[in-house]
Amino acid sequence: MIIAATLAIFAAMALALTRAVLGPSLYDRILAVNMFGTKTVLLIALLGFLMGRPEFLDIAIVYALINFISVIGVLRYSGSNAFKHDNKADETIEKSASRSDKWTP
Amino acid sequence: MDTLMSFFSGLCLLVGALICVSGAVGVNRFDDFYTRMHAASVTDTLGAAFILIGLMFISDQFIVIAKLMIILLLGLIVGPTTSHVLAKAALKNGLKPNIPEQSRDDISKK
Repeated sequence: MIIAATLAIFAAMALALTRAVLGPSLYDRILAVNMFGTKTVLLIALLGFLMGRPEFLDIAIVYALINFISVIGVLRYSGSNAFKHDNKADETIEKSASRSDKWTP
Repeated sequence: MDTLMSFFSGLCLLVGALICVSGAVGVNRFDDFYTRMHAASVTDTLGAAFILIGLMFISDQFIVIAKLMIILLLGLIVGPTTSHVLAKAALKNGLKPNIPEQSRDDISKK
């Protein structure tokens, strides 16, 4: 069952990476990277148990802390101009694309 | 007793893996940043908790269980904090939630 959980975590990491590459806005990318880091902690713990060496859990603890610090460190600069989101760019993209596949209430 | 523990461990690991994959699918399928963040943050906390509890069931040394507990508590504190900071930064920098026209009218009527 540990192997199944490991494979599932790998799949979740791949999907998170897809969102990080595609993500329309900067915040989507930050979210995806944070999710990737959380999944990495679980992966390290699972691989430690899979190989019979639970000492890997120390690395998992350090990785969880570094993941948190990195996200907070990036968002520390969210007051700068690079983080400003331009809603007009989104609207022009949406208008140029065909809207037939969009859900309308 | 041993088989019971391994059964519970397998159950928790399976549920946790399922929750993690569903969260990743949700991050890819939803069409708005805030809904995506909802999917990611909820399933991150719950899936990690289930997988770590499942690992606790099959470990027999005290120090290993203590380390797993530390990771679990760290995740429970850090995950919501990160989501909160991210949502606040996105909202402050002008990322608008994507609300359909119809429900926007409904909200303004109420």
